[in-house]
Amino acid sequence: MAAAIALIFFYAPVDQDGLNQKIFYFHVPIAFTAYACFGWGGWKALRHLWKGDEGADLESYVAIHLGVIFGLLTLVTGSIWARFRWGHWWEWKEDQLVLFLVLFLFYCAYFMLRYSLPAGPQRANLSAVYALFGVALIPVSVLAIRLSQRFIHPVAFNEHGTNMAASQFFTFCVALVAMLALAATMYTVELAGKRLDVHLRELREALQ
Amino acid sequence: MSTEGKYVAAVYLVVFVVLLGYVLIIALKLQRLQQEMAELVELARKRDKPEERKAVAVG
Repeated sequence: MAAAIALIFFYAPVDQDGLNQKIFYFHVPIAFTAYACFGWGGWKALRHLWKGDEGADLESYVAIHLGVIFGLLTLVTGSIWARFRWGHWWEWKEDQLVLFLVLFLFYCAYFMLRYSLPAGPQRANLSAVYALFGVALIPVSVLAIRLSQRFIHPVAFNEHGTNMAASQFFTFCVALVAMLALAATMYTVELAGKRLDVHLRELREALQ
Repeated sequence: MSTEGKYVAAVYLVVFVVLLGYVLIIALKLQRLQQEMAELVELARKRDKPEERKAVAVG
């Protein structure tokens, strides 16, 4: 992460977007990390339903929880960028933004569903089905910018490749790897905590 | 600092604050789990040595 920040501020050139372009190196990797977390959560949900993997439900939950955190960061960092570039915090006519908000709210509702049910197989199964439905929204959200006729939101990647200089692309890749590594660390730590919590509860029940 | 610089700083600050909040919440949770673990160890010790527990209660 330190290397990514150093590259962003001391290596990557400032383009026509000015200093504001530095936001891109955090905003886009955070958005991709949110998609990766939701995708991983969907994969674990599928494993739970398909193979009945022990612990897959908890792994799916933790991944979606992190996806929501990174999703919130995507919306906030994007809004700050938009405030400077477009002059307002949000653009309702922009499909990419609205679809990402829909995806974010969909996964926020996941927690409402999960905590409205008592712990057990029914909660795990319903949560997994819901998580899988959300995965369908990910490609729609990613491709929305290509499907949209309005191109207010900048396009960094198109069918011809990257829309940036090699040094900018390198910096972006380092920032993306750093963000994914951060998410993986957070996932490991949070999952270890959740598993410990479950084991302690079982131990307490066994001792009492 | 220019207006542009303030927006860039705001973005990095928001990310830092959110991640810091997350780390604090996880740290508090680990602290709670540590306390719970200590209680369970104590409970397990008392179960293993009932005479000792009785002696302590009387004394």
